Amino acid sequence: MERDTHFILGVYEDEDVLLHAVKDVRTSGVKIHEVYSPYPVHGLEHALGYKRSRLPIAAFLFGLLGTTLALTMQLYMMKFDWPMIIGGKDFAAIPDFIPVSFELTVLLAAFGMVGVFMISSDLKPWAQPRIFDLRITDDKHVMAIDIANNSTLEVEKIKEILKSSGATEVNNKSFE
Amino acid sequence: MAHDAQHYNLDQKFDFNAGIKKSIMTVLIIGAALLAIGIVMAMLGGGHHEEGGEAAGHAFHWYERLYANLWINNVYFTGIAIIGVFFFAIQYAAQAGWSTPILRVMLSLGSWLPYAAVLMIVTFFIANHDIFHWTHSYLFDKNSPEYDSIIDGKGAFFYWPMEKGSFPVFYILRMVLFFGFWVFFFNKLKSFSYAEDIQGGTGYWYKMRSWSAYFLIFFAVSSSVSAWDWVMSIDTHWFSTLFGWYVFSSWFVAGLSAITLITIFLKGKGYLEMVNENHIHDLGKFVFGFSIFWTYLWFSQFLLIYYANIPEETVYFIERLSSDVYGSFIFVNIGMNFFLPFLVLMTRDAKRHGVFLKLVCTLLLVGHWVDFFLMVQPGTLGHNGGIGLMEVGMFLVFGSAAAMVVLGGLAKGNLIPKNHPMLEESYHHHI
Repeated sequence: MERDTHFILGVYEDEDVLLHAVKDVRTSGVKIHEVYSPYPVHGLEHALGYKRSRLPIAAFLFGLLGTTLALTMQLYMMKFDWPMIIGGKDFAAIPDFIPVSFELTVLLAAFGMVGVFMISSDLKPWAQPRIFDLRITDDKHVMAIDIANNSTLEVEKIKEILKSSGATEVNNKSFE
Repeated sequence: MAHDAQHYNLDQKFDFNAGIKKSIMTVLIIGAALLAIGIVMAMLGGGHHEEGGEAAGHAFHWYERLYANLWINNVYFTGIAIIGVFFFAIQYAAQAGWSTPILRVMLSLGSWLPYAAVLMIVTFFIANHDIFHWTHSYLFDKNSPEYDSIIDGKGAFFYWPMEKGSFPVFYILRMVLFFGFWVFFFNKLKSFSYAEDIQGGTGYWYKMRSWSAYFLIFFAVSSSVSAWDWVMSIDTHWFSTLFGWYVFSSWFVAGLSAITLITIFLKGKGYLEMVNENHIHDLGKFVFGFSIFWTYLWFSQFLLIYYANIPEETVYFIERLSSDVYGSFIFVNIGMNFFLPFLVLMTRDAKRHGVFLKLVCTLLLVGHWVDFFLMVQPGTLGHNGGIGLMEVGMFLVFGSAAAMVVLGGLAKGNLIPKNHPMLEESYHHHI
């Protein structure tokens, strides 16, 4: 997909105004590219109509992988590769394996979840993030509208919608 | 912002009508019938099963099984009742807002406490020798061939300040003291909560927060000690340092399941309109989380005993795992109380929809009864125990009697504490 380069930005100062603005802008037919805010705004994903994240599924599968891996590893080591009698127990002493299996389940679930999150959000070390407005790291919320994505509406009309929804500033932003 | 919570009928009362009473009574009668059949069968069949295997053991009488069942259900339903008060107190101590509309549901569980107290004390006096080995006075007599130096060493815990083997003053005192304070705190919190409905203001909230803190301190000690007294002392030689928390966690999951079930039941009847899937979700998270907590304690106890392999400790699990009667129930216990809630309640949707929660919470109430069955019966009945008509009947009788008392207590006042300062916060609760 070609990277979009021309945006209109609505700058908001208050999260309540922003939440209502997101609803208003969406009902007036404008497609929102993304909303940037300095801190998590409760209910924003819902207002933007985002689908629920499927990250928990990845976490479960990675956890399951961790359990399987841990049990297989211990069983292989303790029963087949180098059997040792420890505390007079069976070689395959399943209760002994539980703490390690638990730890590996948690470890792989956590690492897997972080990894999947980074890949799905395109957070690679060499990524060049596009800063729409420096103030989103401080005290302003910014709603970005992709012009190419709203070709049916005129630019002036979009700016008007943003202004009437409570934006304190409306700016243009282009990327190389 | 407008006070949206005021749109609801906050003066709603639970109508404990004849229809609901009738269905609970039906369960009670079915339970009583099963119990009666079980008793008759045990009386008739008692003679045939004498295997003569127990060398030093005494002849087994059918009523021992009845007493053991009474004790299991006494301890189990006392736990559910006190957990209602405990969870209520936690809400105040933690200054929780989300739980406001279901506070009365939690508190109502405590209505069973006075009945539980009477039942427990009466059962102890009737059945002491058949449930508790340490009540036999010959154990403390140095001249007796049955003298037991280990139990003699622990004797003061039961008999102080009287002579060991006489009358268990200290034990009875603790039982009376615990029930006395539990009922006292329950009544105190209840009267504050209802007074708040009439007077309003934040004063009662602050008072309840203080009283909740006092109760929690008392409960922290009494829950552990009562678990040693009522459950662990059955296996008198054996001890486990985390037994108190293990019993508490079993009580807690059962209590949370009961709270969740009553909430869903009331919602199904059209009460508690304020409670939506966000509140149900939080209850589901508690049930899910504390099921794992129970498993953690159960497994911590098991693993250390299994791994250290000290005979005086392993005897507890050998009695259970190597037994034809109880061996399979250990796995039923783990399956119902860990794997079931863990796998079914893992997803967000399962915790937000009543159907899954209803199923899991009902099974958990049975599952934790099995847990108490496994704590009590091997030490009291040995190979003469098991789950038969008597067990099922007694569980149904106790369960429906407790449901009768709890719902009756719930119907006495408003369902929602309408002047609670955090009612508005609870209305906006969203997760």
